[in-house]
Amino acid sequence: MPQGIRNLLGLRDVEPEGLLEILDTARSFREVLERPIKKVPTLQGTTVVNLFFESSTRTRISFELAERRLSADVVNFVASGSSVSKGETLKDTARNIEAMKTDIVVIRHSSTGAPHFLSRLLKSPVINAGDGINEHPTQALLDMFTMREKLGELKGLHVCIVGDITHSRVARSNIFGLTKLGASVAVCGPRTLIPDYLDRFGVKVFYDIDDAIRWADVLNVLRIQLEREAGGDFPSIREYRLYWGVNRSRLEKVNKQVVIMHPGPINRGVELDADIADGESSVILDQVTNGVAVRMAVLYLTGVKPS
Amino acid sequence: MKIFFRNARIVDPSGNYDGLFDIMIVDGAIQEIGSSLGGNPVNYEINLRGKLVLPGLFDMHTHLREPGQEYKEDIASGTAAAANGGFTAIAAMPNTDPVVDSADVVKYVIDRAKQSPTAEQAGLVSVYQIAAITDGRKGVKLSEMKDLSEAGAVAFSDDGSAVTDSQVMRLALEYSSMLGKPIIQHCEDHALTKFGTVNESPKTIEYGLKTQHRLAEELIVSRDIMMLEAFGGKYHATHLSAAESVEIVAAAKKRGLPITCDVTPHHLFLDDGLLSSYDSDYKVNPPLRTKADNEALVDALKSGVIDAIASDHAPHAIHEKEVEFDSAPFGMIGLETTVGAVMTGLYHTGVLDMHAIVRLLCLNPRKIMGIPIPQFNLGARADLTIIDPDYEWTVDPDNFKSKSRNTGFKGQRFKGNAVGVVNGERFYFSDRLS
Repeated sequence: MPQGIRNLLGLRDVEPEGLLEILDTARSFREVLERPIKKVPTLQGTTVVNLFFESSTRTRISFELAERRLSADVVNFVASGSSVSKGETLKDTARNIEAMKTDIVVIRHSSTGAPHFLSRLLKSPVINAGDGINEHPTQALLDMFTMREKLGELKGLHVCIVGDITHSRVARSNIFGLTKLGASVAVCGPRTLIPDYLDRFGVKVFYDIDDAIRWADVLNVLRIQLEREAGGDFPSIREYRLYWGVNRSRLEKVNKQVVIMHPGPINRGVELDADIADGESSVILDQVTNGVAVRMAVLYLTGVKPS
Repeated sequence: MKIFFRNARIVDPSGNYDGLFDIMIVDGAIQEIGSSLGGNPVNYEINLRGKLVLPGLFDMHTHLREPGQEYKEDIASGTAAAANGGFTAIAAMPNTDPVVDSADVVKYVIDRAKQSPTAEQAGLVSVYQIAAITDGRKGVKLSEMKDLSEAGAVAFSDDGSAVTDSQVMRLALEYSSMLGKPIIQHCEDHALTKFGTVNESPKTIEYGLKTQHRLAEELIVSRDIMMLEAFGGKYHATHLSAAESVEIVAAAKKRGLPITCDVTPHHLFLDDGLLSSYDSDYKVNPPLRTKADNEALVDALKSGVIDAIASDHAPHAIHEKEVEFDSAPFGMIGLETTVGAVMTGLYHTGVLDMHAIVRLLCLNPRKIMGIPIPQFNLGARADLTIIDPDYEWTVDPDNFKSKSRNTGFKGQRFKGNAVGVVNGERFYFSDRLS
């Protein structure tokens, strides 16, 4: 019998057993997605609200599909054109929606801690769909699910995250989740995009992409936010592509197949070349499929009513 | 009006009194100090049973928010909070709306304070005004410092922002040196703290918050010390938070430079581990730093490097703080927790004795701003704070006189609190005085 989870605010606070429970539960939902009718009655009568205060097409669609495939009723709230533009606070928006008797809240917000803030105010379970530069727990869970699916156990696996680590919630959730399940984690990118103190989290740092590729079983390549260049965090897109871009010539230098992941959307030809993104070592589309299964598992576990 | 205290333990900086005394105050002046006084009828007779009587405490760093942001605090509520917290005088920072950068605004605040907190209790807490260093606190052009000084400003500060332009800082030090009034610097290299909300440490990186490096403070302290050495002036670094900043000040003092500094109770006793809750009551500027910084600041109090403890009372309305972390304003209130925090964290732990605490909360900040020091001399104006060192309490912002509730000390157990003040003919005795 599943334990159920009150909230999913971040992987920082989830015990290894909790991570495994989500990943194992996701496996059975992954099977559902292969059926002709991809729908189960699990959350019938449950209303899920997707509060998206930051634009995101794929995460929102992935959550919405997961909710609908669990037979939940779905309400979407997108910040632009809503009461937020009239100056309503996050507190009021969330409490008003909850007052309409909704059951589960999924939130994406540009400020770190917004899901934690809501979880203090609301009775409903809160699922973090990305907060500021802090965490994106369902993305990391789907990454971990995909690695398990392709490579077996996570223990001892060498996973290197490439790109802007400082501002990446995907990187942070992956670091927390993977280290808890025994994987070796490294990051690679220009020094100005990597925070200090990562050694305290047991994370290895590479500034040279070739060193990182030699070390890694998996490269999880992050999207370079083009506005970072304008902010001066690194000199230019050209220089980034030259020295950190993942391409065929770099991958061919090593005598092994490195699994290529990317949370999307890809800047093709910047952090990742098109032929690699679409190549045989890429599992990027599996990540997308698995994302639905993992989110179904998280929704199912938060929706479990204590008996 | 006659007020008679029996069995007061006077802590007198001049050392004239040490032990239990009776104090007779008549029409706002000390008429007699001795033993077994009394006999004549008085308006108030209070047996203090050994409670502490100190020269009136002075908070050199308060935000009263008036004019312009009276919904956060105003002079009436701010002075009521000050009296409840044991302060007989405060100095208000100029980052109001409008900014206190003209003589008219200085006079406005001083006049308003003379009727606060109420007509009957007018002047219970003496309000001194700090004026802006630069027009609009923009850091570009000096304010009319001499005119501001003539109007009553006791110091200059762009608090909330640092003067980062070195030429402007040179001019400010040189110009203010004619007036003998200190430049109070909020030490922050803003280019280094852009977007940052919390201290940069392993903990805050774990919490995924945008960080400010501690060097932002040290750089300005270091530069200012070099400028002070080259150009002269009177300089005070306020709310220092990082261990290294205090070391830099210690070295400058050793060289004999006229530099002083203060710390807040929250930088002494709260650390960045509290940010794991993403509760914006812990969002302050400078940010809460590490436990090691807390300890270094306490050590610097002990060694005398730090001259004063100041509250940096920064009220914000509930609706402003009850938002997502990045959107919340910086600051916490402190007038009504400073004495409790100091007694709990410094006195009862044996770190400081009451003489040192009186220097930090009364004498030194008044000296820095050139404000008269209360005396326990016969005939002197009565200006005193009563502290019950053994009063045990839990910090509950709902009991505060301040309009705001944003304290990071909420829920903490304290031992010791102010229970009353006398300031000339005005006085306030809290319900805690039994």
